[in-house]
Amino acid sequence: MAENKRIDDATGVETVGHEWDGIEELNNPLPRWWVWSFYACIAFAIGYMIVYPAIPMVHSATSGLWGWSSRGQLADEVKVGDAKRDEQIAGLAAMPIEQLPGDPKLLAAAVAGGRAAFKVNCVQCHGSGAAGGNGYPNLNDDDWLWGGDIKTIETTLQHGIRQPGDDATRMSIMPSFGRDGILTQPQIGAIADHVLSLSGKAKDNPQGAALFEANCAVCHGADGKGMRDFGAPNLSDAIWLHAKTPGVMSKDELVQFISDPKMGVMPAWQGRLSPLTIKMLAAYVHSLGGGEAMAQPAAASSAGGAEETPSEQP
Amino acid sequence: MNSHSDVKSPAPAKLYAKREPVFNRRIDGPFRRFKWAVMILTLGIYYVTPWLRWDRGPYAPNQAVLVDLANRRFYMFGIEIWPQEFYFVAGLLIMAGIGLFLVTSAVGRAWCGYSCPQTVWTDLFQHVDRLIDGDRNARQRLYNAPWGPGKIARRALKYAIYLVISFWTGGAWIMYFADAPTLVREFWAGDAAPVAYATVAVLTATTFVLGGFMREQVCIYMCPWPRIQTAMLDEKSLIVTYKDWRGEPRGSVKKAEKNPGQFGDCIDCTQCVQVCPTGYDIRKGPDIACITCGLCIDACDKVMKDIGRPRGLIDYATLEDCEREKAGAPARSPMKALLHPRTIVYFVIWGGIGVALLFLLGNRSHTDISVAPDRNPPFMLMSDGSVRNAYTVKLRNMESRPREMRVTIAGIPGAKMWTDDMDRAAAAETLVREVPADQTLPLRIYVVAPAGTHGKDLSFAVKAAPIEGQAEGESDKADTTFTGPGD
Repeated sequence: MAENKRIDDATGVETVGHEWDGIEELNNPLPRWWVWSFYACIAFAIGYMIVYPAIPMVHSATSGLWGWSSRGQLADEVKVGDAKRDEQIAGLAAMPIEQLPGDPKLLAAAVAGGRAAFKVNCVQCHGSGAAGGNGYPNLNDDDWLWGGDIKTIETTLQHGIRQPGDDATRMSIMPSFGRDGILTQPQIGAIADHVLSLSGKAKDNPQGAALFEANCAVCHGADGKGMRDFGAPNLSDAIWLHAKTPGVMSKDELVQFISDPKMGVMPAWQGRLSPLTIKMLAAYVHSLGGGEAMAQPAAASSAGGAEETPSEQP
Repeated sequence: MNSHSDVKSPAPAKLYAKREPVFNRRIDGPFRRFKWAVMILTLGIYYVTPWLRWDRGPYAPNQAVLVDLANRRFYMFGIEIWPQEFYFVAGLLIMAGIGLFLVTSAVGRAWCGYSCPQTVWTDLFQHVDRLIDGDRNARQRLYNAPWGPGKIARRALKYAIYLVISFWTGGAWIMYFADAPTLVREFWAGDAAPVAYATVAVLTATTFVLGGFMREQVCIYMCPWPRIQTAMLDEKSLIVTYKDWRGEPRGSVKKAEKNPGQFGDCIDCTQCVQVCPTGYDIRKGPDIACITCGLCIDACDKVMKDIGRPRGLIDYATLEDCEREKAGAPARSPMKALLHPRTIVYFVIWGGIGVALLFLLGNRSHTDISVAPDRNPPFMLMSDGSVRNAYTVKLRNMESRPREMRVTIAGIPGAKMWTDDMDRAAAAETLVREVPADQTLPLRIYVVAPAGTHGKDLSFAVKAAPIEGQAEGESDKADTTFTGPGD
């Protein structure tokens, strides 16, 4: 190759000696500053390797003189982020939950925090969209077993439902009318007909109505609209907790349930989650579209609840 | 090729070479005056623009040109650009790119010669050199002089002025990104954002180094544009060229007088090299180092006038014209070279984009609605059997005044909506909200349809309250779907 070097006529500069399809390259010198910037880059690289983690060793890399690490940087940034939220968190912790809906800014912060906590703690049963499933309540709708105002939701979260060992847990048990032999299968069928007739899904059944009055009305009410004190569901609406298809309860499913009811359990979160997290979760669940306002007497007795307008769902 | 007999290199090629300093001589002439004009214009635009005010009412900044990164708004006189309208800026950048093609194809490297920031600031710094150290010969002498108190003082003064210009350059840049008078106050009080100080520091350093010291090295070694341009020039492009058939062989006036007819017009006075800001000898032919500023034309024309020969030994010409002239045809006006198919095509594209942007700008709406349906859960059965869907709706008020906006839904008989900050009892087919000036109002809207409703198309429409004197307010529509059980 080297013997192909020649002096280019037009420029008087030597070529490097290669040739590609008639194209040759001039061996022009580099500018001196370029060489110096190259040395400067090498010097920078050496300095960088000394102060930053750079050289791989057997188990980890050299740690560098400045002690920088990406985990450390993340921790610092998280600390800065936390510091920014401190004021909000203090405000949230101090605010009684009944008054939270009156403070849109804090409420928005609580809902955002609750959304994050929900994704970690609640989606396993209630689903990521909080739409629940067969046996797991849908939290988006306007049907509440134990009550849907923000304070009640918080209480449910704190103490859970049928949580063993929690004295304040929400407790109710529906008898196994079939399994324990309280009622016969035809009687249960008649009750099922009556229950379905409450929402127009079956014809009236006088025998069923009488049996319902005797066995069921004590919890579900004479009109079947349920009683929140016992977590007894409203049987006259379109929502069925224990139906395979949402909103569609077949007679077979209903008979099966009355014979041998399934009683859901929700853990008590007090002690597992911080009171602040529970408060934020309550705010989030309340915000999903079915949240109810606080009942009138509570709003009147608590200070600052003046703006709240009570509206019980029909 | 590669005949071995060609090798005649006595010394090995050097690996690297020292920069040859350029001491360009003062010159006056039409091109120098044009260069002055462009320099004053471009520097004027750069330094003055952030200080221009533009009244936009109480809800928007009153700076004429402002890139408000924090609030994601771009203001340019009467135009306000939101992030989703950034295609206007992209369009401007495309126009600038095609504009460079257009200019290159029409008048060669005019961008390099007159308006490139590197050229303008280099020119400015070279004037500082001349002001402090004198013209070419004085600067050359000082450069070669040993270091002494006088040289140190002059160099210190010169670098101080470089630094002031550089700092001013870096400082002007950040004024485009915040309210200029406020930022100046904050900057000197130490209250400005760290990024402002960092930007000023970086731009001061780059201006100082690139304008004060690197100069033509940037064009020759660092900039990609001269390389791209070499591919864009053809025999129809205007370039600064030395008419060698007229100039060669070179000889002094005396020699030419003694031997009439033996010598060309070039008297080898090297004035063209001495005035060149990059120190190139144009007589060697077109080169990447020639930024086509035309100062050598000024210099040569002056010499030709002094010795009584026709002007234009060095001139703007196309290679095609050169061939024609060489063959004996009279010189063609460079103006005629402007119009050839390539320039016309570039101009049509460039102008087309410009007209399209103006059309879009004139017809754009300042009211906008966007709708995103909830996907999980897709629908919700309510206790009365009705079906509820949830949507995140965004109302955009792109005017600098608060406006009342009316949202309506259509497509599902009996459907009503409410938001998460009101009660279902108040659900209706329309919602009215005041959207703050120049802001987006996000709404969480629940739409409830009677029991048994299945999947349907649903459309949200927004209508802004009309401006005074207008019959109809601006409106916008967004189509989405409503999901029901069994879909």
